[in-house]
Amino acid sequence: MSILAWTYIMVFITFGLYLGIAWRCRVQDTKGFYVAGAGVPPLANGLATAADWMSAASFISMAGMISFLGYTGAVYLMGWTGGYVLLALLLAPYLRKFGKFTVPDFVGDRYYSSTARLVALICAIFVSITYVVGQMRGVGIVFSRFLEVDVNTGVFIGMAIVFFYAALGGMKGITWTQVAQYCVLITAFVITAVSLSIKVTGNPIPQLGFGSTIAEGQYAGQYLLTALDNIATDLGFREYTSAFGPGNMNMLSVFCITMALMVGTAGLPHVIIRFYTVPSVKAARISAGYALLFIAILYTTAPAVAAFARYNIIDSLNEQPYAEAPSWFTNWEQTGLVAWVDKNDDGIMQFRAGAPFSGIPRFTGETGEHGQRLVANEPTDNANELYIDRDIIVLANPEIANLPNWVIALVAAGGLAAALSTASGLLIVISSSVSHDLYYRMINRQATEKQRMLVSRIMIGVAVIIAGYFGINPPGFVAQIVAFAFGLAASSFFPVIILGIFSKRMNKEGAIAGMTAGIGFTMFYIIQTRFFGVDPWFLGITAEGIGTVGMVLNFLVAFVVSSMTKAPPQEIQDLVESIRSPRGAGAAVDH
Amino acid sequence: MKTRMDEYWGKNLRLIAILLGIWAVVGFVFGILLVNPLNNFSLGGFPLGFWFAQQGSIYVFVVLIFVYCYLMNKMDREYDVQE
Repeated sequence: MSILAWTYIMVFITFGLYLGIAWRCRVQDTKGFYVAGAGVPPLANGLATAADWMSAASFISMAGMISFLGYTGAVYLMGWTGGYVLLALLLAPYLRKFGKFTVPDFVGDRYYSSTARLVALICAIFVSITYVVGQMRGVGIVFSRFLEVDVNTGVFIGMAIVFFYAALGGMKGITWTQVAQYCVLITAFVITAVSLSIKVTGNPIPQLGFGSTIAEGQYAGQYLLTALDNIATDLGFREYTSAFGPGNMNMLSVFCITMALMVGTAGLPHVIIRFYTVPSVKAARISAGYALLFIAILYTTAPAVAAFARYNIIDSLNEQPYAEAPSWFTNWEQTGLVAWVDKNDDGIMQFRAGAPFSGIPRFTGETGEHGQRLVANEPTDNANELYIDRDIIVLANPEIANLPNWVIALVAAGGLAAALSTASGLLIVISSSVSHDLYYRMINRQATEKQRMLVSRIMIGVAVIIAGYFGINPPGFVAQIVAFAFGLAASSFFPVIILGIFSKRMNKEGAIAGMTAGIGFTMFYIIQTRFFGVDPWFLGITAEGIGTVGMVLNFLVAFVVSSMTKAPPQEIQDLVESIRSPRGAGAAVDH
Repeated sequence: MKTRMDEYWGKNLRLIAILLGIWAVVGFVFGILLVNPLNNFSLGGFPLGFWFAQQGSIYVFVVLIFVYCYLMNKMDREYDVQE
């Protein structure tokens, strides 16, 4: 059967599964809608958190990025996993004990202030929308390649599905569909990784195969990483495993970006909110452990996939005549994500360091003498002739490894599962923040359960439309604003929640001043460097890493301001005291 | 006067500090600050610093959370604050 037929089958089966689950889990009350009735078993919550967290970026883009970055890819690997240690030790158990619905809820109640609640609310919505936009692009890429439909049609299908299961089942429906989505995405990822590992090294465990010797070909018997280092040097790239080489990120940048991603992960509202859904403090702790375990299965496999892909790409493309190019290359050329310019007119593809031409490919619509799609871009004067978009690595891997068509289809379904599970988690954050924190807590305290549910569902609709709009008309700055999501989460939520739990003396003046200073500095810096082309002026730290500085600033300002103003009222100090003891979380009151 | 609750909280903070110390050492010290010297050693086919950055630290992170859960559950029972 063809790839297309298999893809339709896989997508149809998996989407049917998600919708079936959503229908079975439909809810009527706000507690079920916002936090799944706080009754999700920890193992299921771990699976759901992993699916929620692993977005299109983790599934589709990460291995590709590592493949191009080598060692430096560690910023994503450590950054996006290390945050769970902070979550499990510093946040999850206490937020569960506090036991309300949203992150702004905690900030608003702990700091006895509507201003603090509003600041937290705006950040939560901004962070979540930034993130949703990225997911919709992921959906578009997968659909356009695998279902061979128009990107817009693909986005519409995705919007309809997410709206259906988020609006119907709320957090409860989402939790159980995410459990299914985790299973789909991890199966797809691992099957490909194992096959690649066997093909390249003969070792079936990718985590070990990655450190094993190459089975056949001209590099047979060499360790894979040693071979990659040697090939890289020959072709003018920097060594795959070496750190902070010439033209690479320096140690301070790697340090700051890793820290910002860790702290940002621990401060992302859609991740934090998942720990409200389990029945107890003990369950919140262990479910953070399960979440990281399930995430680690993908995150320790991804660098192996990255190394295999790097090796395979060089092995199958470099110095090959275009006429004999593997079929995956010509297939992906049709999507415009790979391109070849024959700079020296020899009909052979040369893969070297540097960009083959300026910018992303703009095809002229004509084909060259070897059948390649011609580009209008100005060629650069280096010897590299190949353009390969990083986003294709994972999706093209099964084809590169000559796996059966059903595996290719499964990977497509996995990519969709990753994008849609994260999108739905974010939609719930947006809708519960608006309907609970803005509408119920700040505008209409008399709202009935029914009114609040209606507002939630309307908000999901609005958020889906916004997300879909950006999926169809991707703003050119998507890549630029991703740094915002982590920078903001790191410089606003993380310090304010930590201080709320670990310092009884922290008062509302300190928290508001800290959040304002942290976010203000971080946003100002990112806007300056990303949109106005100002050189990174603070110790050369780039936009991705500046959240670390924003976080430190937030802590400092909060300490100074709170020590100069009066202590929080007694009932708040008692609240902090009670958060620290696990007993009684199950009985947390609805409000 | 120090109450039982203060003692529980103090022990909890000490445990968090130790575990986060290990977290910082494997991730930031081995994976980033000392990556070049560690790369002179190898673990099978991996340069050691590279291994910590792309594999080892993640394994340690997972173990840290489970160790924390185990010790905290034990302590919750000891101080009778469990559910």
